[in-house]
Amino acid sequence: MSDCHGCSVATLPPPPAIPTRRHIVAIVGPPNSGKSTAFNRLTGLRQKVANFPGVTVEHRMGKVKVDGGREVFAVDLPGVYSLEPRTEDERVTHDVLLGQMKDLPKPDAVLLILDSTNLARHLVLAAPVLSLGLPTLVILNMADDLKNRGGGVDVAELAMQLGSPVALVSASRGEGFDKVFQFLSGATHTAPRAAPLMQLPVIQDIPKCRAWAANVGSKGKYQAPAPPHWTRRLDAVFLHPVIGPLVFGIVVIAVFQSIFFWAKPAMELLQEAVTALGGWVGSLIPNPTLHSLVVDGVFNGVGSVVVFLPQILILFLFIGILEDSGYLARAALIMDRTMSRFGLQGKSFIPLLSAYACAVPAIMATRTIENKRDRIATILIAPFMTCSARLPVYTLLIAAFIPDRRLLGVFLSAGTAMMLGLYAIGFLAAIFTARLLKSTVLKSSRSSFMLEMPPYRWPTFRSLGLRLLDRSKVFLRRAGTVILAVAIIIWVLAHLPVHNGQPPEIGQSIVGTIGHAVEPAIKPLGFNWKIGIGLITSLAAREVIVGTMGTIYGIEDPSAKSEGLQHALQQDLTLGGAVALMVFFAFAMQCMSTVAVVKRETGGWRWPIIQFAYMTGMAYVCAFLVNKAVTALF
Amino acid sequence: MLYSGMEYRTQLQLAIKSWYLKSLTFQLFQLDTWFEMQMAVKKVRHAKHNPLPNLGATNLTELKPGESGILDHLDLPEDDARRLMELGFLPGHAITPGHSAPGGDPRVFRVDGSEVALRRETARRLILRSALVK
Repeated sequence: MSDCHGCSVATLPPPPAIPTRRHIVAIVGPPNSGKSTAFNRLTGLRQKVANFPGVTVEHRMGKVKVDGGREVFAVDLPGVYSLEPRTEDERVTHDVLLGQMKDLPKPDAVLLILDSTNLARHLVLAAPVLSLGLPTLVILNMADDLKNRGGGVDVAELAMQLGSPVALVSASRGEGFDKVFQFLSGATHTAPRAAPLMQLPVIQDIPKCRAWAANVGSKGKYQAPAPPHWTRRLDAVFLHPVIGPLVFGIVVIAVFQSIFFWAKPAMELLQEAVTALGGWVGSLIPNPTLHSLVVDGVFNGVGSVVVFLPQILILFLFIGILEDSGYLARAALIMDRTMSRFGLQGKSFIPLLSAYACAVPAIMATRTIENKRDRIATILIAPFMTCSARLPVYTLLIAAFIPDRRLLGVFLSAGTAMMLGLYAIGFLAAIFTARLLKSTVLKSSRSSFMLEMPPYRWPTFRSLGLRLLDRSKVFLRRAGTVILAVAIIIWVLAHLPVHNGQPPEIGQSIVGTIGHAVEPAIKPLGFNWKIGIGLITSLAAREVIVGTMGTIYGIEDPSAKSEGLQHALQQDLTLGGAVALMVFFAFAMQCMSTVAVVKRETGGWRWPIIQFAYMTGMAYVCAFLVNKAVTALF
Repeated sequence: MLYSGMEYRTQLQLAIKSWYLKSLTFQLFQLDTWFEMQMAVKKVRHAKHNPLPNLGATNLTELKPGESGILDHLDLPEDDARRLMELGFLPGHAITPGHSAPGGDPRVFRVDGSEVALRRETARRLILRSALVK
């Protein structure tokens, strides 16, 4: 940092006195302005998701390399239309920009990202941001779209009007970013911050701000582009009264079908790799006890969970494509009527859909819902949606117990139908609970639904790739910590107490004793004591049960490998018990991270405790009924 | 009366001629209607981009696709009104309805360069500037 004390920094002030502190640049913009794409373009892999202390709003921080090996911290703030702190998103943006956020100094500069294809409206946000007086670069994004649709703007003139430098970029193509880096390095832009030619308006008055924006736009020779024809054409299909819902249904089925058929080869490959690695590592360990710990405990336990990575990535890929392309907003529109029947609104659909990937980010995403009661209701039902951690459990049990038969020609296999059924009962439980809540404790007047429909855009490989990388890290970190720890604990407890230097039969070990102790409670559901151990460990996270079963069966029969887990389960569970186990997992709240995030979001232990008791009770009753019904029928 | 061969031929020629002319005018007529239809289609297409003002409508729900109205005021609580104003629903702006969810509710409205979906109950509270008041 010392090398830039002397250089003429016009846009960024000299670095702060503390030599270790880097410049902080806040990235601000309205929703759908391509803020995240620009952030990804600037930081690449050098970013991470973080949380401000005390608030729930997630934000991303990343390092940007600028001239001379210097680094600047970029903070991606939530998308806002104004700086008035009314919703939580807006308050975070407001507090960060004013330097009121704990643990984060006031930013040294602002990158204001606006959609150039809708500049007149997006410029409204420029008024409050520029009036902060921080060095600001106004970035007009989607330049390629603006040009293709016959629009244009005079960047130099606009910069004069605003009194701030302006850059015309295309974040998805990476065009025009040299100017952004120039601004960040503060080396080449020598003109001092000029007084804006246009007097800034009173910020609180939206019509005045809009008139100011229109004036600035016309002075900056802004020519609005033609309407987005492709978006109109696609909407004619996707929002068609008949074809629209049909496409929606096909999209949903295609996502779930592909989770199975596309992931299968990758999963088999990964399984072989894990087994081979386990065998190779095992051959290096001469000590039989240590060998058993590593091969049976660690490789069977962790390995049986790691193989589900491809499925989880495919699910996140699809949700990423739906979100980035703009289809998700249309899906919310199509679903609004259905959701309103259960007292919710279309906006609840977006967190609920992302809850199919993971309930934790979904519960965080509920903050876009303005109505507090709607928000709590959405938080409470989100864990019912079939999250990706349930996938390993379902896939394993379906592969072991549901015959591979075709139901509707080549379209639907029995396994897929079972899976869709499990997704459906999760969804039904969610809407049933929503109805229950909204007609009793969380009663409120019908809330309003306002949702901007962004134009359709191609999702960029960069954004999708970064998203998947992020998810893989989270998943593998969990496999490397929680699941590894549980696998080792289970292995150790399964080998104690030691009699005459010999480990006990697993049924007589500590694990067996605990399992036998809980067995009476779960016997009516068709589960034996081994499943009981799995249920206990899966309280940490749902997929842990797969690792635990892998470890237990691995100790029981060391020769058993990947398909061994399925065979072993077939001997331990009846069909009724297997279906009951899946139903139990569909309803039970087996996830400590979710409990923690619900506690944080609702501000107390009341809701998470009610939720946990309600979901587990429902899971128990339904699993019991399903076990009885399936056993009687088949 | 008997026609001579010559006369008969002339008669025939006349008949053919008149039929030909008739069909020609018919064709011309058709061409004409075809042009008219094209123009009408063009007008409709044009209307899609430059919607026709509907001065009789009093609120957003009374506008049909392809029509437009000028927003007069928002008959909504302060919070909702501000949010809608931030999305572009400002007094004086033209609003055109677009596609809707199946069943017609909620509907997408085009305003100020963006498209925003609103429920019917909200759209009803967005009051249009009517010709009578003016």
